[in-house]
Amino acid sequence: MGLKQISKNPRWIIYLLIFIALLFIPRMLSIHDLMLFEYGITFAIVGLGFNLLLGYTGLLSFGHGAYFAAGAYSVAMIAKYLPQAYSLEILIPASLFFSLILSIIFGFVCVRHTKIFFSILALSLSMLLFALLFKLYHITGGSDGLRVPLPTLFGMSFKGIRRPEFLSGTYYYFLLGVFSISFLVMRGIVSSPFGKALQAIRDNEVRAELIGIRVRRYRLYAFMISGMFVGLGGALWTFVNGHVTADLSHWVFSGEIVYMTLLGGFGIFEGPIIGAMIFTYLKLYAMGNTQYWMFVIGATLIVLVLILPNGVAGAVSSLWTKVKKKTN
Amino acid sequence: MWVIYTLNGLYFAALLFLISLGLNIILGVMGILNLAHGSLYAIGAFIAAWVIIAIGMKVPPFFLYVTLLSGLVLAGIVGFLMEKSLIRFMYKRTLEYQLLLTFGVLMLLEDVIKMIWGGQAYYASAPFDLLGKVDIGGHVYPTYFLFVMAIALIAGLFIWLFMSKTKLGIMLRAISLDREMATGLGLDINRLSTFAFVLGSGLAGLAGALVVPTTPALLGFGHEPLILGFIVVVVGGLGSLKGALVGSLLVGFTRSFGIAIFPEIELPLLFLIAGIILVVKPEGLFGR
Repeated sequence: MGLKQISKNPRWIIYLLIFIALLFIPRMLSIHDLMLFEYGITFAIVGLGFNLLLGYTGLLSFGHGAYFAAGAYSVAMIAKYLPQAYSLEILIPASLFFSLILSIIFGFVCVRHTKIFFSILALSLSMLLFALLFKLYHITGGSDGLRVPLPTLFGMSFKGIRRPEFLSGTYYYFLLGVFSISFLVMRGIVSSPFGKALQAIRDNEVRAELIGIRVRRYRLYAFMISGMFVGLGGALWTFVNGHVTADLSHWVFSGEIVYMTLLGGFGIFEGPIIGAMIFTYLKLYAMGNTQYWMFVIGATLIVLVLILPNGVAGAVSSLWTKVKKKTN
Repeated sequence: MWVIYTLNGLYFAALLFLISLGLNIILGVMGILNLAHGSLYAIGAFIAAWVIIAIGMKVPPFFLYVTLLSGLVLAGIVGFLMEKSLIRFMYKRTLEYQLLLTFGVLMLLEDVIKMIWGGQAYYASAPFDLLGKVDIGGHVYPTYFLFVMAIALIAGLFIWLFMSKTKLGIMLRAISLDREMATGLGLDINRLSTFAFVLGSGLAGLAGALVVPTTPALLGFGHEPLILGFIVVVVGGLGSLKGALVGSLLVGFTRSFGIAIFPEIELPLLFLIAGIILVVKPEGLFGR
């Protein structure tokens, strides 16, 4: 997209303004709120990746927690077994690599199917990883999980610095940088011919095949890319959380990823990002105020499915078109 | 020892058969994968444990086994309410919404269970203890496990006769084959769907109630059976009763021999076998 087009499209101006505002977030929020915001950003990356599969390819995976866990455990395992390589510039590519490998293996089995069979299969495979992470206590820490220390970045060491300080300083800007790159890359993917082909597959598989798109292979590519984004989100998440457990690969966690995406609206590119942010705050709010937080989250989900099927972003955008029509 | 492992395999299979039968009936007739199926199983377990503890030894032993039916009844009632209030609106919606709605119900029910029965474990081993043990080929084996197998066998035969011989069963099969055509022929889809959902839920509740004399009911009780039920459904083929039977036997025996031979990796082994079957036969063993 050329500079001229960018200046014509108000969307990019809004993106730029939001980006500038995000630069000042650490000064505005308390450390607790900032940490929450960072959780939100990592899930936003997850949502971007997940939506390539759900919103653009039309495949609903109930097992994307597996790739999240793959990213997160790559970090934790390197911390445990290869401490000399424990620096962000190695950890990020490593987590991308391992989540890619896992999504190739699982994706190969899953993309032979669509619809409900695809969902159950993705779910079952993620539970396979869960079972492994849970049972191999000596390697993965089992149900206790693994602790994740602070990494180094380009030789910068954060020894002696406490986690909150690390999170509110360098790491926030690192996270913002990775998020912005992921955003631009995903934007590029969905508007590329490849992205259009995926949408054609979603809308009509038979027609897509007839015009020469190799449906199954493209689905696998989408699965791989989506797995990598989710793995990246998982890797970045570990540093905020400081601890990984096998639960990340449990299908209930995968369900939360689906929930976020729907909450924001999977028909809109930015939807999952908004959904991730709202979900992070909603979950924390519910957990902080009642021990029955699952009830609150579940009830919200049911209401959402029944009355706001296009998510928050969808509702806002349809409201916007209505207002526009009236003023015209 | 092989006799015992075989019997254990049959016992696991019997329970899984009840769970996956319910899952499969709902999936076949309504096209909806019920993620809250495990919670219905848990509800069956909790109510049965609660009733058994409440009436204790005050009733004749025979009656104690009748109380196990309370799981079937309550899960059926919850299923009825669920179908009437929520699932009903989902038939015309896409897969994403159907799955997410049942996921929402799952979270809701987990906390409802927590509200009613709290976080403690419910022990109700009376029906198990009363039956004692039998001698099978020189090995001692709990009679209760045989009782569970018998119940599952009866339930399976009942469902099979019901589906193949009665008018109601044939109508349900007609819906699962072609929903639109069935509507065109004048079948009352709404009422039949409710019936299928209640039947499926009840079977889950019955399975939960049958388990509770052997293991205490706890929070998160339905998570593992749900996943195993999914594997059975995937391996056996979506919406196939024969598939549910063969799948349950396969999973049951894999578990029982897996626990005996490779206790560490018994669950991954199960997934591995399921994965191999799916790569060779993607639609499942008896899938359409």
